[in-house]
Amino acid sequence: MQNPELIPHLFRTEYRKIVSVLCRRFGFDEMETAEDITSDTFLTAAQSWSYKGIPPNPTAWLYNVAKNKAKNHLQRNATFQAKVSPEIQTADSYEQDIDLSPQNISDSQLQMMFAICHPAIPPEAQIGLALRILCGFGIDEIAEAFLTGKETINKRLFRAKEKIRNEKIKIELPAPAEIDNRLENVLTTIYLLFSEGYYSVSDNQILRKDLCFEAMRLCHMLIENGGTNKPPVNALLSLMYFHASRFEARTDPNGGLILYDDQDTTLWNQELIARGAWHLNQATTGTQLSKYHLEASIAYWHTQKTDSKEKWENILQLYNRLLQIAYSPVAALNRTFALAKANTPEEAIIEAEKLQLTGNQFYYTLLGELYTGINNEQAKLHFEKALTLIKTPADRAVIQSKIDTLENR
Amino acid sequence: MDEFVLIFRHEDGTKVASPEQIQIWMKQTMDWIGGIAAQNKFVSGTGLPFADAKIVGHGGVVTNGPFGEIKETIGGFITVKAESVEEAVEFAKGCPVLQGDGNTVEVRKIAKNDGVH
Repeated sequence: MQNPELIPHLFRTEYRKIVSVLCRRFGFDEMETAEDITSDTFLTAAQSWSYKGIPPNPTAWLYNVAKNKAKNHLQRNATFQAKVSPEIQTADSYEQDIDLSPQNISDSQLQMMFAICHPAIPPEAQIGLALRILCGFGIDEIAEAFLTGKETINKRLFRAKEKIRNEKIKIELPAPAEIDNRLENVLTTIYLLFSEGYYSVSDNQILRKDLCFEAMRLCHMLIENGGTNKPPVNALLSLMYFHASRFEARTDPNGGLILYDDQDTTLWNQELIARGAWHLNQATTGTQLSKYHLEASIAYWHTQKTDSKEKWENILQLYNRLLQIAYSPVAALNRTFALAKANTPEEAIIEAEKLQLTGNQFYYTLLGELYTGINNEQAKLHFEKALTLIKTPADRAVIQSKIDTLENR
Repeated sequence: MDEFVLIFRHEDGTKVASPEQIQIWMKQTMDWIGGIAAQNKFVSGTGLPFADAKIVGHGGVVTNGPFGEIKETIGGFITVKAESVEEAVEFAKGCPVLQGDGNTVEVRKIAKNDGVH
């Protein structure tokens, strides 16, 4: 690997590790310092390697430089404090080593995950912080993912860090009795991160996939730790694997969206499907039935392209249960689509019209689909209504082609 | 928004249905509940199996219930959210239990913990 590619690559894999270890060592009060030292380490690498050449072990080199910079910082702090308040004994506070061993890296990252996904922090801020601290994304990448400016992201991160300090959130694993409760929020954030990539409005396909794989990596970290390897974690990972299996099939070369029905199933990644199935199996070890279990089971059925009564009846019943424990408009709409397939479109139209999700483009898309073939005039009206609510060009193209098909009948 | 309990009353709890029939009712019930949940109006609910049912009477007399002289029994209940009793009644009309002649669904408002009810 050449220098120009090596540093961004290492940044992506090592930034998050170093910053988590330093953050844990310094505490949230000095979170910015931890970030600065880490960024500074990469800057030093870029400068030094360009004329001295790449060291034999670049990662170890980075850890060493980060360690020294961190120690210098602690030492300066200690000296400063000793002068300002001599009664504070600080002589050995910086003597403790900055521990960049694999074990401590992994512990630190896990603890950071729980700290960032604390219920006191607003979800939007959690995602931003997770991308920055847990995934090592640059501010401009985060801004692009959210289709917003760097300024906005910086402000959002600043407020999130302030919140962490005000709430005095500790960098630690919750007590075993609390794990399940806190884990719920961690899983929500991971799934939001995944969805941000999977359904993002951004056109940058590579970035979108990165978001999804980062979410899956974080979920893997939870599974690798005995204390957090719980059934819902496996269920969520399974769900993400099933979705990710369709990555290559769901977009055309121009970035346009290919709907499920039109996808080339030979592009579905069978290896990812198999991994999803494995984790779904792992998820059935307890008595707990989380929404991720139900969603993963639904996603499993969607990996079977062949339409069968059995498939849709299963999907319908899974949605019936999902809605009882976790209502969402998307689930309500998908449940109604499954109802049309498992029972009849006529029954589904009656049920759909009860939903009254009139601000939702997918509500009208669903009605358009259900009326197609029953009352094409109604179908067209609903698709046109959907067009007025759609935000992305890719979605607009899909609906427009449905209207065109109806007109040419 | 108020909460209402929809109580399924079976006219004759001693009637035995075939496994196929039970399966059809199960699906209809799940679809009915799913439809209410899809409107975000479902709160909770459960079926009440007839097995292991007891009646505890005055003076602690226990009988194998619920069927004595009266065959009517409760098969289950769900709690829904509704703007009015009329809306709750509309939900109740879809209950598959009503396919059985003589069966009823009783709609009752849940007392609010506001010191008035």
